[in-house]
Amino acid sequence: MKTLEDFLAEGAKGDLLPWAVQAAAVERFQRSCRHVEETALGLGLLPARYQRNRKTISIEQQRTLLQSQVAVIGCGGLGGYVIEQLARLGVGTLVAVDPDVFEEHNLNRQILSSMAAIGRPKVLMAEERVAAINPAVTLVPLCDRFEASNVRPYLEKCQVVVDAVDTVSVRLAISDVCEQIGVPLVHGAIAGWYGQITTEYSGDRALRALYQHASGDRGEERSLGNPSFTPAVVASLQSVEVCKILIGVGTSLRHRVLTLDLLDMNFEEISLPH
Amino acid sequence: MQITVKLFASFRVGRFLQANKEFPSGSRVADVVAALDIAAPDIGIVMLDSRMATADALLHDGAKLALFPLLGGG
Repeated sequence: MKTLEDFLAEGAKGDLLPWAVQAAAVERFQRSCRHVEETALGLGLLPARYQRNRKTISIEQQRTLLQSQVAVIGCGGLGGYVIEQLARLGVGTLVAVDPDVFEEHNLNRQILSSMAAIGRPKVLMAEERVAAINPAVTLVPLCDRFEASNVRPYLEKCQVVVDAVDTVSVRLAISDVCEQIGVPLVHGAIAGWYGQITTEYSGDRALRALYQHASGDRGEERSLGNPSFTPAVVASLQSVEVCKILIGVGTSLRHRVLTLDLLDMNFEEISLPH
Repeated sequence: MQITVKLFASFRVGRFLQANKEFPSGSRVADVVAALDIAAPDIGIVMLDSRMATADALLHDGAKLALFPLLGGG
């Protein structure tokens, strides 16, 4: 009787595993797409969808990404792009948290929104989108407000949490939970042409420093709004931070915040106290 | 005393990128913010001589102050 491992090895083209073989293995061995993918990566076979990653991300790192869990809090401008990119990257489990449904004013920038999505929960559209992009990735939809009590059990299983919300007090509450459970937090915030990103580890208190002057829940976005490109740029940088943390490469934005001025194309790096 | 003020992002609109300003001795960051007609709740990051500072930080002659707006959108 042929094993899953034999089937994959025989179907591989060199060290690449074509989708047709992966899908056939799912059917024949009645295992999940993720299980088949993890088995292939363990054999040193790269699912063909990742072949353009291979000079950047090794097969072993690709396996680490598949075994990872990341929470994205907020599925609007930033969170939508982060979910899209992490799913394409091959992060195995994504927890998406957002209580809202899509509205007409989201269409100018939120990648998960569409005419057909108006009135539908953002997290369910995220789930559909991820299933359409990469069936090896599981998205866990939590259509709920962020409360430490309801989300913390999910965050405890994550290697990274992404702050993509639009409310200062919620950002600080997420930071507090991440501080308590020792999970790094990748922060992004936008307003108009402008954005900022940092990565906070337990004990850093970076978000407390960034928002020490805040007296309300909103910033400049209240008057500036957000165009299509700013969330895409900032979310992409957040995705980079997540990827590096998960596979342990490069230098993160820990202890520094990167500020972006897309109007004048000025990027400033600010050291955070630590 | 002379203070070098550098503004970022939306704070530049209708103001300046960088300017030298005269302030009385004993002035604090909040006094510069008020003089520039910036609402205190709009302040995000304050850098004084390349270090993060608070709005009540005391200024000195030759200080370099940088002001960034609060960004909260997601």
